[in-house]
Amino acid sequence: MSTQISERSKSSVTGSAPFLDEAEDRSLGSLDERLEAADERFYYANPWQLILWRFRRHRLAMLSLVLLVLLYLGAIFAEFVSPYSATWRAQGLQMMPPTSIHIFHEGSLHRPFVYGLEKTLDQETFKYVFTEDASAPYPILFFTQGEEYKMWGLWPMRIHLFGTGEGAPPIMLFGSDELGRDIFSRTIYGSRISLSIGLFGVLISFLLGVMIGGVSGYFGGTTDEVIQRLIDVLISIPLIPFWMALSAALPRTWDATQTFFAITLILAAVGWTGLARVVRGKLLALREEDYALAAQVAGASKSRIIFRHLMPGFTSHLIVSITLAIPVAILGETALSFLGLGIQPPAVSWGVLLKDAQDLVAVAQQPWRLIPALFVIGTVLLFNFVGDGLRDAADPYSA
Amino acid sequence: MLVYIIRRLLMLIPILLLVSFIAFFVIELPPGDWVTTYVSQLRTSGIQMSDQEAQRLTALYGFDQPTYVRYFKWISGIVTRGDFGWSFQWGKPVGEVIAERLPITLAISLMALVFSWLVAIPIGIYSATHQYSLIDYLATFIGFIGLATPGFLLAMILAWGANQFLGFSALGLYSKEFLDAPWSFAKAMNMLQHMILPLVIIGMASAGSTIRVLRGNLLDELKKQYVVTARAKGMSETRLLLKYPVRLALNPVFSTIGWLLPAIFAGEVLISIVLSVPSIGPLLLRSTLAQDMYLTGSIVLILSALTIFGSLISDIYLAWADPRIRYGGLSK
Repeated sequence: MSTQISERSKSSVTGSAPFLDEAEDRSLGSLDERLEAADERFYYANPWQLILWRFRRHRLAMLSLVLLVLLYLGAIFAEFVSPYSATWRAQGLQMMPPTSIHIFHEGSLHRPFVYGLEKTLDQETFKYVFTEDASAPYPILFFTQGEEYKMWGLWPMRIHLFGTGEGAPPIMLFGSDELGRDIFSRTIYGSRISLSIGLFGVLISFLLGVMIGGVSGYFGGTTDEVIQRLIDVLISIPLIPFWMALSAALPRTWDATQTFFAITLILAAVGWTGLARVVRGKLLALREEDYALAAQVAGASKSRIIFRHLMPGFTSHLIVSITLAIPVAILGETALSFLGLGIQPPAVSWGVLLKDAQDLVAVAQQPWRLIPALFVIGTVLLFNFVGDGLRDAADPYSA
Repeated sequence: MLVYIIRRLLMLIPILLLVSFIAFFVIELPPGDWVTTYVSQLRTSGIQMSDQEAQRLTALYGFDQPTYVRYFKWISGIVTRGDFGWSFQWGKPVGEVIAERLPITLAISLMALVFSWLVAIPIGIYSATHQYSLIDYLATFIGFIGLATPGFLLAMILAWGANQFLGFSALGLYSKEFLDAPWSFAKAMNMLQHMILPLVIIGMASAGSTIRVLRGNLLDELKKQYVVTARAKGMSETRLLLKYPVRLALNPVFSTIGWLLPAIFAGEVLISIVLSVPSIGPLLLRSTLAQDMYLTGSIVLILSALTIFGSLISDIYLAWADPRIRYGGLSK
């Protein structure tokens, strides 16, 4: 503990003077109050800690972050979390509404369970009607044995987070589609592609953006001018048509992995422009700061100034831009797959699931087919909330 | 002012050049050229084409020449003759195919833009003057939902709702009985009815961002001293609001047309596909599925060029409205 503090105080010796100046300028009153509270921790904290503290005050952003982590965990452990595989079909239970979970059996409290279902044809409307057979409860089992799968395609396993066990009626939280496939499992499997395509697409955008934006801000002059015009042009191209046009070039014979990476590249093709702008703008602004001049006078090389002195100054802003770029990429994948230009079945993504739900007449009778859409909307909202929270926290030295 | 406009027009040249590079890149992207695709398509459908004929086609379209020669051929065709290339899917020049549908795209997009302003400007002003009120929160909330909901999904659900609850089939541009009818008042009204849904969906998506921009700017303006002064002099609140701060806060709204237009065109394309409006959207989808690359590339080119002209107009308007931009531009 003591070593930690001394390390921190060492780093704050160099950084504290300008920080105190700034705070003094803003409001003496609040500075006094803080001093009165003797919150020394605050003065010895490094910027990242300040950002973290500030972010944690943002209730909505924190909650969104937790939910996003859960979504990503679900995507990573999709095989384990989903009770069935994405292609598994329930015999005779096509277009089944979401399974209802009960806790009362014959009037007495029971652990959560499901009933078996019977499908009958309504003679008047010619629709299938599902009725529950309330004679025998089938408890929901956790960490239960189920369909065999290969975890990450490597280890054969049978254990699932939950299920009803063998011989029991299936549990389909989001109902089933016209082939009897479990929509909950498909949504979880689909999140694997949909969530990672956003992440990878933005990762590539990030690398491109930092490189090109860095070059633009570093060299300035004609290079800067050319790159800025290129960005102007790319921004003025309507995204969806451009993505559609690029995806036209994908050979239809490619397998799921190849298509995945191609779509990622397509999404990144325009995504880097925003990040490049942030990098360039911040580089140009920070370049004029006194500490940059001081580093130059002290004989630091240009790359050292950029990466050691300037970069930390806007990393937090970059993270905000990244957080806000991910949902754009996710929506892009969804739209492309929905049009049949993106991920192709049998691979599952949220866009593919929505394409399955394209038939409005079917959706009218089976509204649960649209549940994957809620995941898309939810994820995009969560990323925006986290981004908003980060934006407020990104500049810890402002009021 | 004139100098500014001329300067701005000259800047268009390199930008349009870059756009044409990108469009040509799209055209060249699929492996193989379209003559090979065309010949193999004919062969699979049982029509034999001699190698000589294929070679003749290849030479005709210059596929045996290096890329820059082909680019030059393509771009000079567009500039001098308005010839965008040949759509093998339609068996017609690309220019003709696009010209049939472009007016619909333009009409819907521009009307959506105007619609989004009509919605966003009053709400934005109200949100700023009644900060943290119920309507302010509601506007923020709807803005977020609009941001997060894929437009195609909204279109699907609304089209279904219109059919279910109003008995109105929102698909297409006219109802069945008007498809082949000559132009009449009834047909025009019918078309307007069909345009409501696309307009609302596309307009709402951009209204969300406009509300946020306007609200933020207006909040900044309202804190300034001239507002306090005017209020102290006893100017009526409405007049005070509309005459100065709103005017100033609207400028950034108009200056973001450059970002808004691409989003509107993109939305129009996607929504038209879902609602099968006979505009550029379904055309683009079919051309991409068929790898009809001259058509695909030309659509990208035209939509981008239109966006660029749109932001040119907004820049000129801004320079006219705001002398700081006009003179700032000159002194550089």
